[in-house]
Amino acid sequence: MTLSDGTGTAAAGLPAQSPPVDPAQTAAGHPRPDDLKGRRASRGGEAGESVKRNLVLVAVLVALIAIGAVTQPQLYSNSTWVWNNILSILQLASVIGVVTVGMTFVIIGGGIDLSVGAIVALAGVWATTVATQSYGAGGMVFTAITVAVAVGLINGLLISYGKLVPFIATLAMLVAARGLAAEISDKQTQMSESSLINGIAADKLLGIPLLVYILAVVAAVGWVLLNRTTFGRRTVAVGGNVEAARLAGINVKRHTMLLYGLSGLCCGIAAIMLTSQGTSAQAAMANLYELDAIAAAIIGGTLLSGGRGTIVGSLLGVIIFATITNLFAINGLSTEAQNMVKGGIIIAAVLVQQFRFKAVSQFLSRNKT
Amino acid sequence: MTAPEAGVATTGHDDVVLRLTDVVKTFPGVRALDGVQLEVRAGEVHCLLGQNGAGKSTLIKVLSGVHRPDSGTVEWLGGPITFANPQAAMKAGIATIYQELDLVEDLSVAENVFLGHEPRRAGFVRRKYMAARTTEILDRLGHGEIPPRRAVHRLQAAGKQIVSMARALSHEARLLIMDEPSAVLAHDEVENLFRIIRELTAQGIAVVYISHRLEEIRTIGDRVTVLKDGRTTAADLPAAQTPTSELVSRMTGRSIEYVFPPRPDEPADRAELLAVEGLSRAGEFTDVSLSVAPGEIVGIAGLVGSGRSELLETIYGARRADAGTVTVAGRRLAGGDVGAAVRAGMGMAPEERKSQALLLGEPIYRNMTLSTFSQLARLGFTSSRREREAADRVAQSLDLRPGDVGRPVRTLSGGNQQKVVVGRWLLGDTRLLLLDEPTRGVDVGARAELYRVIRRLAADGVGVLLVSSEVPEVLGLADRVLVMREGRVIRTAPATELDEDTVLDLVMAGSLMEGAPV
Repeated sequence: MTLSDGTGTAAAGLPAQSPPVDPAQTAAGHPRPDDLKGRRASRGGEAGESVKRNLVLVAVLVALIAIGAVTQPQLYSNSTWVWNNILSILQLASVIGVVTVGMTFVIIGGGIDLSVGAIVALAGVWATTVATQSYGAGGMVFTAITVAVAVGLINGLLISYGKLVPFIATLAMLVAARGLAAEISDKQTQMSESSLINGIAADKLLGIPLLVYILAVVAAVGWVLLNRTTFGRRTVAVGGNVEAARLAGINVKRHTMLLYGLSGLCCGIAAIMLTSQGTSAQAAMANLYELDAIAAAIIGGTLLSGGRGTIVGSLLGVIIFATITNLFAINGLSTEAQNMVKGGIIIAAVLVQQFRFKAVSQFLSRNKT
Repeated sequence: MTAPEAGVATTGHDDVVLRLTDVVKTFPGVRALDGVQLEVRAGEVHCLLGQNGAGKSTLIKVLSGVHRPDSGTVEWLGGPITFANPQAAMKAGIATIYQELDLVEDLSVAENVFLGHEPRRAGFVRRKYMAARTTEILDRLGHGEIPPRRAVHRLQAAGKQIVSMARALSHEARLLIMDEPSAVLAHDEVENLFRIIRELTAQGIAVVYISHRLEEIRTIGDRVTVLKDGRTTAADLPAAQTPTSELVSRMTGRSIEYVFPPRPDEPADRAELLAVEGLSRAGEFTDVSLSVAPGEIVGIAGLVGSGRSELLETIYGARRADAGTVTVAGRRLAGGDVGAAVRAGMGMAPEERKSQALLLGEPIYRNMTLSTFSQLARLGFTSSRREREAADRVAQSLDLRPGDVGRPVRTLSGGNQQKVVVGRWLLGDTRLLLLDEPTRGVDVGARAELYRVIRRLAADGVGVLLVSSEVPEVLGLADRVLVMREGRVIRTAPATELDEDTVLDLVMAGSLMEGAPV
């Protein structure tokens, strides 16, 4: 009965709202303040939502650092030590960070890539064979990236034109690529003889490790790609509503394939970085990177069903994970306990995401009626 | 309001199982039910007739416990009742069989029949007993040959319908509501359905039967209630004897305001913009040929399931035709390629706005530029500023409210969301606009605005191909009208030569069975 009152008047009031009256009021009356209010409202909308979410992540990060400072006060007593600790956290985040940027695109585009760790291993192994190394550092980089992009495109081909479910296609690729990596390396660890490659992880520029620069560049390019290019717009459209994208004339299949190719590209870059870190490559390297990358993206606010996500959020997710690892390392705690905490954080992040989403949609539906 | 009262007055039998009096149900901006009277007796087939938007679906939902009425009374088996939820209605003995059957495809027949109320012993499902009971019920329906352990997805549409009915019987239903049950069935299966319905009614079960096919109503129905604009316009009409003209006249002349802008003069330019020849898709439409000239609005009238939407999507390239050609301005389009259609200057506002056209969480302007952001970009770099400006212009010309294009499209009303979808194609070089149910779920005020927008587009030389279930809309908006029935175009005429009654007659008349009384 309560409903009938409100909506009854709304229905009765409809003719009064018809066009000749209303636009005169809004458009001619006072356009300026209305427009201003609109702009502010729009900034507080979806974009504001992701900014708020990222601020929460920053707060979590600060809290984690505070825990570090409380538990290991002597480490935080000296500014050089603090700086070095931050650098080691960033270095820890660099390889997985690059992989996560690619993963973020794939997930926003409505897919998932379980084969990233395997692709990193395959690219690393292929780049460090005796034959490849004979072409020098350039040959190694070229090989790693070509192999990784090719494998990514095969994923994309299977998914978009072969109509395989992304989960299945990339799961199969995970198994196959690791197998091929083991075959190529004969299950041996292949040492990298290139001082240029090995120098990437060892060298610093202006006191900051090169690996951190690489992550920064990849993340920056990723941010621009997602937020400022037609490629990024297509990614959001395809992941947000694939049918709407298709009916708007977007070539969904080609774009889906390119997304997995992009993920492959990031894996190729990560393969070089990881090979450099260990001055070697082997079939078992980058183990479970897919889980770390997916978890970081999810914590960063990327919607697993696609259509929403940010590079900054994913990056914060990676750094939070690296900080936890660092926190456990400086306190001399086991990796087992660390994994349990990480698992708990993933669940907490998803729960928070759901609650907030529910609250927002409730708010909106309440406003509508 | 006098007609229903007269109807109710003539019946006062004590075998009435269901009686609705002055039932009202409103949704924001729409009065879906506005005083419905309905009376159903045990053992009868009571037919519900009305155009799209007349309130049939809302009425079903009230009866099956999905919606609660705002006012009015529902009496069930002699006492007033309100159903808290669909389960409560089911328990009380009212079962609904929806057009899209709500079966779990991967479960067996027996599991579907007893879904949610499986016979149990000590927490374990009594599978053998359940199968035996299912066979019993299927026997009652004359289909004891359906194996109770077969997975439902292996059954044909008719078989699935039987399973749905068996589920209703497993709840000891006393009233069965069937929403267009014949729509999914082939010719001979309909006869079988009627045989089953007769057996059920012989057992005293009441059936509320909804169909657009008048001949079916004459064959199976006992009495007819007609709805229009959420009101009962006729009750207790004898199904077999009432002349078609009377039924149709009770459904038409809707009081909802259709405010159409004045029709322009015949456009001078009669060159062909769109030419469709011999287009066919198995099971959807056959050998359809049509043309649209620049500045012309061509309307397609037909029932849901007549192949209208499928035709539109095939022309647009979202489906691949089995045969036939689509030519735009002299250039033949490759089949099954939306991109090619868009490049040729086509645009479409699909039937399901939310699931087929919009990114609900994205801002209005990004939804408007969804098909043009590449053109507005430079060297692959998008420009929010240029996109906002372009969207702002369109929003103003369409009188979009609220006009701030930065807001998420989710916050807009249905009518304004539709404006965003139509506005999308105003940004590009769209020469031909395909509109599928452009005013579905749109309130009266926004409807009139959309009509004006469509007319203005046509005046600017855009060709429009319009599909709508609402006959007055097609007649009021289009220059030329194609009437479709069962995948074929059965009549093409200038809109001024057709009226609502004629079109309704054409789309509803004896689609499955011939030889009906007129």
